[in-house]
Amino acid sequence: MSAPVQEKIPGRLGEMVAKMEALYADLDLAAVRDWKSRGQNRRAVGFLPVYVPREVIHAAGALPVGIMGGADRIEIVRGDSYFQSYICHLPRSVIELAVVGKLDALDGFVFPSICDVIRNLSGMFKLLLKDKFVHYLDLPQNFDRRLGGRFYIQDMQHLAQGIGRLTGVEVTDSALRASIKAFNHNRAAVRRLVAARSDRPWEVPTLEYFLLLRAGYLIPVEEHTALLDEYLELVGRSGRHMMDNVRVVVRGAFCEQPPLGLLRTLERAGCYVVDDDFVLGAHFIERDLDERGDPWEALAEGFMEYSVPSASKYDEHRTKGSELVRRVRDVRGEGVIFMAPSFCDPALLDQPMLAAALEKEHIAHTALKYSEDTGQFQVIREQAGTFADGLKLWSNA
Amino acid sequence: MSTQTTEKDASMLKQKEMIADHFHALAHAKKNGKKVVYTFVPGNLTELINHFGLLPVLPEINALQSGMRGKSAEYIAIAEKAGHSEDVCTYVKTDIGMLKAGNIGPTGEPLPKPDLLLLSYTGCFTFLKWFELLREEYDCPVVMLHVPYQADGAITPEMRDYVVGQIRREVIPAFERLSGVKYDEAKLRAQLALSARAEDDLVWVLESGKHRPSPIDAWFGGVYYIGPMFTSFRGTQDAIDYYRLLREEIQERLAQNLGPVTPDGPAGAERYRLVVEGPPNWTSFREFWRMFSSEGAVVVASSYTKVGGLYDRGFRHNPDDPLGTLADYCMGCYTNLNFPQRVALLESYINDYAADGFLINSVKSCNSFSAGQLLILRELEKRTGRPGGFIESDLVDPRYFSAANIKNRLESYFQMIEARRTGARP
Ligand code: SF4
Ligand code: SF4
Repeated sequence: MSAPVQEKIPGRLGEMVAKMEALYADLDLAAVRDWKSRGQNRRAVGFLPVYVPREVIHAAGALPVGIMGGADRIEIVRGDSYFQSYICHLPRSVIELAVVGKLDALDGFVFPSICDVIRNLSGMFKLLLKDKFVHYLDLPQNFDRRLGGRFYIQDMQHLAQGIGRLTGVEVTDSALRASIKAFNHNRAAVRRLVAARSDRPWEVPTLEYFLLLRAGYLIPVEEHTALLDEYLELVGRSGRHMMDNVRVVVRGAFCEQPPLGLLRTLERAGCYVVDDDFVLGAHFIERDLDERGDPWEALAEGFMEYSVPSASKYDEHRTKGSELVRRVRDVRGEGVIFMAPSFCDPALLDQPMLAAALEKEHIAHTALKYSEDTGQFQVIREQAGTFADGLKLWSNA
Repeated sequence: MSTQTTEKDASMLKQKEMIADHFHALAHAKKNGKKVVYTFVPGNLTELINHFGLLPVLPEINALQSGMRGKSAEYIAIAEKAGHSEDVCTYVKTDIGMLKAGNIGPTGEPLPKPDLLLLSYTGCFTFLKWFELLREEYDCPVVMLHVPYQADGAITPEMRDYVVGQIRREVIPAFERLSGVKYDEAKLRAQLALSARAEDDLVWVLESGKHRPSPIDAWFGGVYYIGPMFTSFRGTQDAIDYYRLLREEIQERLAQNLGPVTPDGPAGAERYRLVVEGPPNWTSFREFWRMFSSEGAVVVASSYTKVGGLYDRGFRHNPDDPLGTLADYCMGCYTNLNFPQRVALLESYINDYAADGFLINSVKSCNSFSAGQLLILRELEKRTGRPGGFIESDLVDPRYFSAANIKNRLESYFQMIEARRTGARP
């Protein structure tokens, strides 16, 4: 189990960080139980990485709750007996959480189609948790709005009906528009956070950034937006100092999340993470969605036209390499760390293509692998440190 | 699936000839003005590719052939040296390595570059990455055919419309552009009728495993039997002829109460009837088979022989609904079934084929098959009361085929079946 992750931070900011840490540690979903207890017939629906349209769950009257595995906070007793050693770690901790009852507060689960492991996990849930609602959301890989778009809308509508059966709420267009609006506010706040972190990474340490995004997977969207706003205001006046760190972009950590110790190690090794794909679903759609027209079309448009490149999505226009290069330039990144979970086929198969695009532009990169329960960081610290030193030498040359 | 001759039956020779002709045509495709489409095995659109006079290349088949020919270790090493992770599917790395080593196909003749990549991904996300990777190597168009998953255990009208829409609006126009040939529905119907005839015979062959003793091995032998049907020959007279010959040969064995033909000749007495889940290993295929045949273990049914369709559960290509039937085929393959369906199918095989037990060969490469197989094991044991075995290997990476280990496990497994028979506790 991990040690405390932060030195004590004074004042209101310290309170906020403590709250985020408590949410992160809340494997029993006490926050969800609490939310449910505050109203009649409240329902909560879990979703797996990477992306699901949380607006649909919200509009159906349920709390969307992100399930990101157990990291290094849960001992895997039974989960290992469900998965062979060559399968990534996330599903085994998710199964562990499920079979020991830690997901009991959730009334249903949505599995987006991001890889074969998550896909098969959806069926395992069907077999293991027979009384729960399980929906596999087949995100479209055909980006023609008349084909993939139509199919996606039908799939989202099935999802809405399924959750509606749990909550007794029918998803009307106006309810869905209101949810889009709430998530637009949240997306805007996340964008402000992302921008602040990339402008002044010393003010927004990677760890806090990560905890903030994670908090959004557990509390109502409106509360999360307020949390983001307050945090940004406080760090703006925190007087935190800039260190002599290099600016790196991280890719590959979009599903199984790195343990907090790993994030801290990167910073201690001299790297400011100025862009990444952690908790990717929280910033998967790059801009606000239309709040006035057909809300289903707006959601489809969001996924098909305004979502960021991801290894689990077909790169129709062959732009993921150039997009990464553009992003590195935009955030003034000095290098890229490919940081993928072990045995993550989508991330690892993407890497050679992304690496080739970086090499063409003479952008330095290195690669490391982790597991959500990695506990030893010495090797990673040395590798990241060497990479950071190399970048500094290069920029001083 | 077919370079190795386990028996010199007429069907085997016929299949060898068909394959040789196909690879020969591929080697001379450019010279003969033929266009080439790379695509994947599960739920493929073979009839449609042939319809336009295009030649299909199936990279998975090349990868498994490389495994059988002892080439995959070298190819995987080339790919890993070029930056591919040790962790990922070895079919992809074998294919990339083969490409970098000159793209020589299984018959020793060079493979042509694709004129089009048909990214039809049924039941496996790696396909998507695979063709993104190939696209980096070849300057050719890609057509995406997104095949939805049977998440709720059925093909819904929406799923069907989606696939039909993609075939009609994207695949067919792309094929027309590439070939200069117009889509002709009457011609496609005729092809599909041929498909269905051969499919009937394939089902008869696979179901012969219900007989005791089984005249076939439905896994080691089965991979040869499915070859023409799952690859480039569906909808052709050649496929009909092949399956007719095969059926007659098996009929003959049935009449004589004979078991399957193994790498060492006719099988001895049938001692263990097994259902197997998962693909075989290709790098030590014969050695692996011998571990079964030497113990009198016969695979009477397998899931791997359903990766190109569940014909034995009634699916036939239907000439009356040409595009609809292609869509159903795309969505109906084994790895596109959800977990409860997979478990139910295996359970029914164990019962219908009167198996003594079932075995899972879990391959490191393939998350599509392997993720969750340990739950399948438990469910099947619970439902059938019959012993389940679990072994681990890989498709084409010899580093993950530990013969001694697998042999040990199999021996203990067979002992477990014996113990159950005698009522003793293992
Ligand atoms: S870590 Fe990778 S392989 Fe594992 S579930 Fe996530 S996307 Fe799939
Ligand atoms: S992951 Fe499995 S189904 Fe997919 S390409 Fe590899 S071996 Fe084939």
